Amino acid sequence: MSTTCRDLCSSAISNQGQRAADKTSPASLVYRVRMPPIISVSNLSKTYASGFCALKGITLDIRRGEIFALLGPNGAGKTTLIGIVCGIVNATEGRVWVDGHDILASYRAARSLIGLVPQELSTDAFESVWATVSFSRGLFGKPPNPGHIEKVLKDLSLWDKKDNQIMTLSGGMKRRVLIAKALSHEPQILFLDEPTAGVDVELRKDMWDIVRALKASGVTIILTTHYIEEAEEMADRIGVINKGELILVEEKHELMRKLGRKQLTLYLHKRHTALPPDLQDRGLELAADGSELVYTYDTQAERTGITTLLKDLSAAGITFKDLNTTQSSLEDIFVNLVRNAK
Amino acid sequence: MNLHAVRAIYRFEMARTWRTLMQSILSPVLSTSLYFVVFGAAIGSRIAEVDGVNYGAFIVPGLIMLSLLTQSIANASFGIYFPRFVGTIYELLSAPISPLEIVLGYVGAAATKSIILGLIILATAAVCVPLSIAHPFWMLAFLVLTAVTFSLFGFIIGIWADNFEKLQVIPLLIITPLTFLGGSFYSVNMLPPFWQTVSMFNPVVYLISGFRWSFYGIADVSVGLSLAMTLAFLVLCLATVWWIFRTGYRLKA
Ligand SMILES: Nc1ncnc2c1ncn2[C@@H]1O[C@H](COP(=O)(O)OP(=O)(O)O)[C@@H](O)[C@H]1O
Ligand SMILES: [Mg+2]
Repeated sequence: MSTTCRDLCSSAISNQGQRAADKTSPASLVYRVRMPPIISVSNLSKTYASGFCALKGITLDIRRGEIFALLGPNGAGKTTLIGIVCGIVNATEGRVWVDGHDILASYRAARSLIGLVPQELSTDAFESVWATVSFSRGLFGKPPNPGHIEKVLKDLSLWDKKDNQIMTLSGGMKRRVLIAKALSHEPQILFLDEPTAGVDVELRKDMWDIVRALKASGVTIILTTHYIEEAEEMADRIGVINKGELILVEEKHELMRKLGRKQLTLYLHKRHTALPPDLQDRGLELAADGSELVYTYDTQAERTGITTLLKDLSAAGITFKDLNTTQSSLEDIFVNLVRNAK
Repeated sequence: MNLHAVRAIYRFEMARTWRTLMQSILSPVLSTSLYFVVFGAAIGSRIAEVDGVNYGAFIVPGLIMLSLLTQSIANASFGIYFPRFVGTIYELLSAPISPLEIVLGYVGAAATKSIILGLIILATAAVCVPLSIAHPFWMLAFLVLTAVTFSLFGFIIGIWADNFEKLQVIPLLIITPLTFLGGSFYSVNMLPPFWQTVSMFNPVVYLISGFRWSFYGIADVSVGLSLAMTLAFLVLCLATVWWIFRTGYRLKA
């Protein structure tokens, strides 16, 4: 950390000390208040030569050291956004800064911080794994470091394949090679564009182990996915993008808390074909041929209405043998968001 | 200057040369030797000398130029076309490198390869015919200048082409005919006046004439003009490459 940055932080601590006392630790508060974002995207738009508008005024900050998941259906503009930040696609409008460096004016400084694992499995064919990974390191301006390449290859279980020609590898192995290339130059920021699409369970597990280790070492990770469980499991924050527009950006826990719905399922003693009139229009639904009663309620609401419901049910003579509650997954939230945006 | 990147690209491209040694070095040497047999031995028995130079020796500079032009274009165009074709270009575009460094890596490697090739053909020729090199410095200068210029030209074709046919079409339909009609196998002075005038519009005439002058001190056009034409084409290629990177033409979406 540079002197100026340290100064900034210590002054931030003294300024913010009071507020810091309430709930978050001082360090994390300073972090939020004072640390500039590692990536800052401002009013970014992209219209392709075909006239198609893939991004519409995206504004987004990525925090230092976080895992950010960009969720969105196919064609939402995720790859385009990553492409612009990495220098592969020209933006039509807007600006991007990476660690304070404008991606156009200071492209060298900006790009040398970034590692990119692209969505497509584009690899060399005839070169060896070792050669292609070493090539990437050189391309990003780093002096040769066989020790680092060895470590990366070992972490990715590619070590015994290091002399193999890439074209002889399986799809999963090629994906590993792409990750190794991205990590070859020790990036501060890692983009993973749909890293687990069509990937076997083992690689998926290895990949998440690596992502966790990278995060622990301070690397910022931005991943796109439409496997919502992944975002749910890995991400600190989630952005939802649809048709080129960022619908929302939220802490994962906050998102789940805010938009999460709970369902109470009652397993009834008897089948019911219809609900009594005074129980209708209360978020109740009969399921499983009338043998289950599902009650959907908002966890945020002042009163969940469960007590009243149970009272009313027993008054109506509906009895149950068991019950179960489930919380909506990120997937449900996501589907709802995208549906509402349409 | 990101020298690590230039070195990485250069090495990568040269590795491709060694890997495809047969195709990249041996086949041009073989075809050039065949030219010697056909043109040198068969026709040379009828035409003993051109401008006081043994016919077999006379065609050597033209043959080297022929290989130099086609190979520079082929190597450089393929070198940049292939990453575009298979999609690995993403890495080049996302790397902290300047257009100059990309060009140095790719064009440098392609030019190196054609220079090596030119020298091998020269050595092959020296075995077959009585050679003399009057101006060794200018011989090398023309060799290097032509290799670099046409590697740049090949680089442009590799970016312009969006399929394999386009990649082949310029070398096949333009460069080869221009070289054959550019005085590889004859002196332009041997042509009727009308065709002499037409030949002056063929840029390859200037290249071959200058190169042949460095061997035997004889030229179809003045050496200064040869040099000026080569340099002019070099500048034209450089400007085109600069424009390509400035606009992202066919490189970026
Ligand atoms: N080169 C291109 N030319 C025209 N349209 C494109 C191009 N690349 C992507 N698109 C379009 O832009 C939209 C967003 O694409 P993309 O960013 O790849 O979405 P995602 O990664 O979220 O699936 C899609 O509708 C796609 O068809
Ligand atoms: Mg995509």
